[in-house]
Amino acid sequence: MKISISKDLCRGCGKCLKACPFEAIIMRDKKAELNEKCTGCGACVDSCPFEAISGIEEMNDKIDLAEYKGVWVFAEQRDGKLMPVTFELLGEGRQLAEKIGTNLCAVLCGENVSGLAGELIAYGADKVYIMEAPELKNYTNDAYTIAIYNAIQKYKPEIFLFGATHIGRDLAPSLAAKCGTGLTADCTKLEIDPEDKKLLQTRPAFGGNLMATIICPNHRPQMATVRPGVMKKADYDGSRHGIIEKVPIKFESGDLRIQVLEVVKNIRETVSLTDAKIIVSGGRGIGGPEGFSLLKQLADALGGTIASSRACVDAGWIDHSYQVGQTGATVRPALYIACGISGAVQHLAGMQESDVIVAINKNEHAPIFEVADYGIVGDVHKVIPAILEALRRLPEYSN
Amino acid sequence: MKIVVCVKQVPDTTEVKIDPVKGTLIRDGVPSILNPDDANALEAALTMKENNPGSTVSVITMGPPQADYMLRECLAMGADAAYLLSDRVFSGADTCATSATLAAGIRKLGGADIIITGRQAIDGDTAQVGPQVATRLGIPVISYVQKIYQEGDMVYAERKLEDGYERLAVKMPCLLTTVKELNTPRYMTIKGIIEAYEKEIIVWDHNDLCIEPEECGLSASPTKVLRTFVAAPKGKGEILSGTESEMAEALISKLREKHVL
Repeated sequence: MKISISKDLCRGCGKCLKACPFEAIIMRDKKAELNEKCTGCGACVDSCPFEAISGIEEMNDKIDLAEYKGVWVFAEQRDGKLMPVTFELLGEGRQLAEKIGTNLCAVLCGENVSGLAGELIAYGADKVYIMEAPELKNYTNDAYTIAIYNAIQKYKPEIFLFGATHIGRDLAPSLAAKCGTGLTADCTKLEIDPEDKKLLQTRPAFGGNLMATIICPNHRPQMATVRPGVMKKADYDGSRHGIIEKVPIKFESGDLRIQVLEVVKNIRETVSLTDAKIIVSGGRGIGGPEGFSLLKQLADALGGTIASSRACVDAGWIDHSYQVGQTGATVRPALYIACGISGAVQHLAGMQESDVIVAINKNEHAPIFEVADYGIVGDVHKVIPAILEALRRLPEYSN
Repeated sequence: MKIVVCVKQVPDTTEVKIDPVKGTLIRDGVPSILNPDDANALEAALTMKENNPGSTVSVITMGPPQADYMLRECLAMGADAAYLLSDRVFSGADTCATSATLAAGIRKLGGADIIITGRQAIDGDTAQVGPQVATRLGIPVISYVQKIYQEGDMVYAERKLEDGYERLAVKMPCLLTTVKELNTPRYMTIKGIIEAYEKEIIVWDHNDLCIEPEECGLSASPTKVLRTFVAAPKGKGEILSGTESEMAEALISKLREKHVL
């Protein structure tokens, strides 16, 4: 919305300055004034006791929104295997499609990938659009943007979801710019407005300090990337039926400017935090890299995996691939045990959706206790051995 | 070689805290900084300049007049020229509108052989502006770059993936977005700081960029912020008491009650 402040009504009380999350209001000559940082969020409108601030919704009906139908998800595959986030997108996409009363379609690109279509249908797709070409074997921004842009133009989806992977976060922005539409990054929640059926996209802002709900009212498709591990995976139903449609794609010379020379996989064991049911996570309070071996004992005893806060990664105690939080993985295990983690908002953003959270910390005022179901105030080096000992007394954990 | 670096001034989000009573952001004393990933982008540009004598590095940003300070920091690190795209009509821009304005700025500069920018800014974390600037300029983009090797007009880049990396080759002009693994940004030098204050920062508004007010800022942004709110913390749980072994016993029985164990 477009915000305006009436100089006549403003009394210079400054309440709007505090209400604004973006530092977009300044005081000049005892009157509030907007600066360049205004995002039109409207947080200031209600804060003014003198009704000096107004927000006007802009209407713009350049494109026929009704032409756009269906919820699409990008079925990301690497080496002919669908990425786990694809099933999460199908789970979420199914719910959105039902609320709107439309179809769920998966968009699959690659070389010889038709075999994956059945899996996409079993996980909820009503329709699978397949684009196959040797040029699409490995992801490149050029080839995938051209192929999918072509499909968007042809079939006009109203919603298009991507996994916020290194591929999704590269592809979606290029497509959105080409379509001239909006894109909301790293959504943690998607809903349909019951009144106008528009997509409400909620994402963390300011390093997870604030949540923002974004809409894309007058442009289509409404595009969003979704953080892996946040949405619930779709259920598999092998008896489902769906339509498979091959979309022909041809590249012109000069279309493909990026050449893939080599794809290198890390040799070390990859950590799959997003799939873990039980996570034992360590923060600065574990004292050093050796602290993780204690955590590993507990994780092994429980059949879980270890993880880390950013502090330990920055200190070089453990690899970044173990990091949970805003700049690491988002996890939602059945049990998350936070050991010596103070609980900065950036960390909480990555784990507060866990079913049960246990916090162990020396500092009883640590913010982690605010989100914990069970808290133990104590030294990790004493509490974990005590838990291990207690576990050994249980028949099923005794060996 | 003409190198352009897109930078952004951001609040240091690691310093932003929530007022637990009012549920609002506490911004007092939160410093504005050069976005960390953009510092890596500038470092990559300066290294490239050193390897290619006769090259120039220009930094460009869209932002309020206060961004002047950050641009001088870039000059003090070694950039040759700084451009500030600043206009009231640029305000409220989402990534779509921001990329359009930056692209217009780069066009006015006469384009570039290579454009480098940080993968994402810490205030928005979208990672969208880089690829979108490239799309608008019609040049190829490689994001998440953790290693660069450049020879003549060819750029070889390692693009970081979740489980490894890929090696890509592209011909200039192109745009790269950088991650922190790429390099360690250099410090400003005393000489650089002094010189930075002698240089002029060129400020352009929408007239300079030959774009209409409707083509920028809020009016050109397909996405709108409907509302912002502080994430509600999950209700405070139970703090266990007793000796370590009593607490451990209690914890395990509670977890078993909940069928977590």
